[in-house]
Amino acid sequence: MDAHTKKVGRSQASTLLDPAILGPAVAGSFRKLDPRVMARNPVMFCVEIVAALTTLLLLRDMATGAAGVGFGAQIVVWLWFTLIFANFAEAVAEGRGKAQAASLRKTKTETNARLLGADGQVSQLVPATRLKPGDVVLVEAGDIIPSDGEVVEGVASVNEAAITGESAPVIRESGGDRSAVTGGTQVISDWIKVRITAAPGSTFLDRMIALVEGAQRQKTPNEIALNILLAGMTIIFVIAVATIPSFAAYAGGSVSVLVLVALFVTLIPTTIGALLSAIGIAGMDRLVRFNVLAMSGRAVEAAGDVDTLLLDKTGTITLGNRQAAEFLPVSGVSAQALADAAQLASLADETPEGRSIVVLAKESYGIRARDMAEMRAHFVPFTAQTRLSGIDAEGTSIRKGAVDAVLAFAHGPGRIAMSASAGTTVATIRPASASALSGDPAERELLAIAERVAKAGGTPLAVVQDGRLLGVIHLKDIVKGGIRERFAELRRMGIKTVMITGDNPMTAAAIAAEAGVDDFLAQATPEAKLQLIRDEQAKGKLVAMCGDGTNDAPALAQADVGVAMNTGTMAAREAGNMVDLDSDPTKLIEIVEIGKQLLMTRGALTTFSIANDVAKYFAIIPAMFLAFYPQLGALNVMRLASPESAILSAIIFNALIIIALIPLALRGVRYRAVGAGALLRRNLLIYGLGGLVVPFVGIKAIDLLVTAIGLV
Amino acid sequence: MTVNGWIQILVFIALVVAVTRPLGGFMTNVFTGERNLLSPVLGPVERGLYRLAGVDERREQHWVSYAVSALLFSAVGMLSLYAMQRFQAVLPFNPQEMANVPADLAFNTAASFTTNTNWQNYGGESTMSNLVQMAGLTVHNFVSAATGIALAVALVRGFARASARTIGNFWVDLTRCTLYVLLPLCLVYALFLVWQGVPQSLGGFIDATTLEGAKQSIAIGPVASQEAIKMLGTNGGGFFNANSAHPFENPNALTNLVQMLSIFALGAGLTNLFGRMVGDERQGWAILAAMGVLFVAGVSVAYWAEAQANPAFAAFGIDGGVDGLAGNMEGKETRFGVAASALFATVTTAASCGAVNSMHDSFMPLGGMIPMINMMLGEIIIGGVGAGLYGMLLFAIIALFVAGLMVGRTPEYLGKKLEAKEVKMTMLAVLCLPVMMLGWTAVAVVLDTGTASMANAGPHGFSEALYAYVSAAANNGSAFGGLTGNTLWYNLTLAVGMLVGRFFVIVPMLAIAGSLAAKKRSPVSAGSFPTHDGLFVGLLVGVILIVGGLTFFPALALGPIVEHLAMTAGTLY
Repeated sequence: MDAHTKKVGRSQASTLLDPAILGPAVAGSFRKLDPRVMARNPVMFCVEIVAALTTLLLLRDMATGAAGVGFGAQIVVWLWFTLIFANFAEAVAEGRGKAQAASLRKTKTETNARLLGADGQVSQLVPATRLKPGDVVLVEAGDIIPSDGEVVEGVASVNEAAITGESAPVIRESGGDRSAVTGGTQVISDWIKVRITAAPGSTFLDRMIALVEGAQRQKTPNEIALNILLAGMTIIFVIAVATIPSFAAYAGGSVSVLVLVALFVTLIPTTIGALLSAIGIAGMDRLVRFNVLAMSGRAVEAAGDVDTLLLDKTGTITLGNRQAAEFLPVSGVSAQALADAAQLASLADETPEGRSIVVLAKESYGIRARDMAEMRAHFVPFTAQTRLSGIDAEGTSIRKGAVDAVLAFAHGPGRIAMSASAGTTVATIRPASASALSGDPAERELLAIAERVAKAGGTPLAVVQDGRLLGVIHLKDIVKGGIRERFAELRRMGIKTVMITGDNPMTAAAIAAEAGVDDFLAQATPEAKLQLIRDEQAKGKLVAMCGDGTNDAPALAQADVGVAMNTGTMAAREAGNMVDLDSDPTKLIEIVEIGKQLLMTRGALTTFSIANDVAKYFAIIPAMFLAFYPQLGALNVMRLASPESAILSAIIFNALIIIALIPLALRGVRYRAVGAGALLRRNLLIYGLGGLVVPFVGIKAIDLLVTAIGLV
Repeated sequence: MTVNGWIQILVFIALVVAVTRPLGGFMTNVFTGERNLLSPVLGPVERGLYRLAGVDERREQHWVSYAVSALLFSAVGMLSLYAMQRFQAVLPFNPQEMANVPADLAFNTAASFTTNTNWQNYGGESTMSNLVQMAGLTVHNFVSAATGIALAVALVRGFARASARTIGNFWVDLTRCTLYVLLPLCLVYALFLVWQGVPQSLGGFIDATTLEGAKQSIAIGPVASQEAIKMLGTNGGGFFNANSAHPFENPNALTNLVQMLSIFALGAGLTNLFGRMVGDERQGWAILAAMGVLFVAGVSVAYWAEAQANPAFAAFGIDGGVDGLAGNMEGKETRFGVAASALFATVTTAASCGAVNSMHDSFMPLGGMIPMINMMLGEIIIGGVGAGLYGMLLFAIIALFVAGLMVGRTPEYLGKKLEAKEVKMTMLAVLCLPVMMLGWTAVAVVLDTGTASMANAGPHGFSEALYAYVSAAANNGSAFGGLTGNTLWYNLTLAVGMLVGRFFVIVPMLAIAGSLAAKKRSPVSAGSFPTHDGLFVGLLVGVILIVGGLTFFPALALGPIVEHLAMTAGTLY
């Protein structure tokens, strides 16, 4: 994560300075002045209306040659700057996505597809754009896959760099969880037959382009609510400002429209109004750069609200493979002998477990590799029937495997079929029935050891040599380094972690304890997963999960944040509301952080924007009424030089603060995995108190400058 | 300022805190329908009333029907009060043979008492018959207060419930509030007042012969009974025009203390009810603490301001000089003094009561500004019974929406997500106050008919008009004094201000209650925004001052602030 954050951080900082983005953004800032575009943003639309109004008044004044045109012109110019700065923020935020969309479009070159007829033969060549869902096409090495689909036949390596940016090819094959292919990716070797699943124009690539470009960007629920709040506050300030002329008239004075407009524009929450959409776009963009595609902004917001994370054990919490950790012989057998037999049985075993046994034997007991051919050894591979593997050599026969399978083997061939029919691939221990099964003390001891291993979260692998039970190899799930700290972090964030595993409850409990998850779901079936999500949601919680298989689809659809792996099936990708292009389930944690960061940035800038108002009142109110109530000069706590400089400084500050905050809006407020209380205290201090103080300093500084260079 | 003065203020605060929990516990029992102390006696009465009215107490209402019931009840009440005034000459219990009340004044008064404002553009003892005082005004004192409490309880239910369609039954809440809370308390309270010398009589005025042989007609009537509910229900409409400054309404320092306490008692108790009903009393204390911070700040400024002598007097060396009476004694009762008057003024305007024991018009400019600010914030510092709590909760929603995002979650309050609908309704409710307060003032100060009613020129005259509209829209009812309110213009516009200030808040507020009740409750976790600690209190106070208060800064600058600055420079208005 850390490395990744740094990477993201670097590229983000450069966004503002990237001329490829800057140029179009500047042009975009002016184009976005179109009132039809502005109307989407109530606060800035109000600014545009008053800016247009004051421009007209200024033109009138210039025509009639009224006094104070110079001051008026400056106010008007800064009003327009306020708008342009706001548009610039949005345009810069969109810039990155636009650039990425352009490169994606290049991938969408026109390809022809070899459509297969009902007989399975290539019937005709059709342009990719004319493919309908249900069509089956043949794609061979070197071809671009014409559209999204499911592999129905064959296996091929596919380069998905166009989508994921990862150039190492991946295997796509029919059946199973690696059957989905994406239009625009390239088959590198072999061939596959693909059944098209996407209609033209709504392929994954099309959706991705639309997403990164922000073309279909809809306001998210929280953004809508925030906009209502900002609009409401704007109306309150309309009232506050619109009543002033009448109050002034009573006092026997008058206030010019220009000054009223200046007060109004500085009071309404322009800072957050200007940056709101940029924050949203940047949040989506942060995910995209993280190689996660959110299908809606709503999903990103939901990610920040997640209460429960469902994490698959394998690959997320533990390393993919179990490793041998210990040799546990029965009494009368030395550990050395057990290790020796186990090593021998595993020499030809190419599975990661098998290799780890060889490594452990070498590391712990110095047992070296032996030449199989020399020993005239014959390797017995693992089969689903025997559920054993081993070796037959020089009159000796060694087997290793699940405890019940080994016991069955030791008791003779009659028991094998029976045991295999139980059909479990995971070593399940049934101590009560097992000990009743036999009076053999070695067997009882073996079962006891196996149970101990299982309770500790390991998988026991029994070893038998020539009908004699030697002992148990403790295969251990290796919990990923640092994952425990991550879970502690999540707990501080108020997020509950649930480990999902196919293991039996005993094993699951042990791994759960070692990894420090809050809860676990053992022997998980898709139904159990779905039920777990529903139960959590019934308690009012938001649930996030990731999955890849077709049978994950219902759970992915039910979860509030469902992250589908890009390697997964089409069904899973359709069901989730995010797709992880790197297919890394650990990312779920970062996705939550990005969601939180988005919401925090919005809150921080809203607070900042509103807190700013205090200083602006103190700048403008005394200036406004000074002509007829000179006593109010006492409220000029900043000692601004003159009424004109005060008003001008306030409006300049109001415009410049937008520019100053663009980097923060794009980068996002930094999220820290501490409790909400600590987070709030910190942010309130920075953005609340800072929002109170900064404008006092800023306006005073601008006032000094404005006066020094004689603008007023 | 004197130590004695501060002790009075501290004693008062301690008493309020002391009654909060017992009253909150009692009211929680009452509104959740659990058995309470009074159930054995009043239970049968309650059930009898439901049978009489055909109300099924177990049948709860959706927020829409709850709102319709409340509005209908208020409309009928307002119409009947209007009619009663218009025909009081021909109705019984009119020993002084008062004439019918003119249409505009009757409208204003009906609106005023229905909305729990009790703005009085009339002198009670010289305008209203005993029937109107008792069957009209006093009844409204009860039911408008009960309505306010019922509405607040409905909103609290919105927070307390999850996935619920209903927010209670208005008729049941109204009945229970009146029967178990208001009537018993008022009974005891009125007897206490009678013991302290407040008159309670249905007879006519007493004619007395003064020492110099002149005839004086001394107004008495059913004062104690009206006084009790006037305070407890934060109504504020006195029997006499002089209100609680009148010795028959508020004879001594003890009654003064009890009166102030009774203004805050139910409002403070409701914060505890809120905490109890949402299952965490700390939530209630946090709300009370936010109110307390604003209150202490207000009373400190008011006391400080009033403890100064007017510099114009000081120049002549005629400042009171008597200990405890030093400072600005103009318009104050000597039996209360500066501290108790400043305290009373802060309490009565903080709590939407509007009873007065001194003339706010005669306060120092900044002393008079505090009552105005209290009301401008929307009567949320304890506030009107019920209205204060729901007003404060609306501000809490805004505060959480503004800053709640900063913890990285969609804003939520007590596990309820705050979404577009809640924000929209909150803004509607919050908006109507500045529209009424500033809008009407802006019109009034430029119309001849508006300025003609002002007793003073310049900023002080401006303050008089501003205060009137602020008081009306906030449903406070206290008057700055100085303004002649009984004119067609003020009668009508103030009535509109009162009605909008009450009902345009109630309906969106109930919509929020309904929407919240329907939501699921997200469980509290380490990631949830803590709403029971000092940080939240500070945030809430900050948002109230910036969002609720800054709107009025220009108006305040042109009223009390400039008047204060002018006064220190020697200019009076």
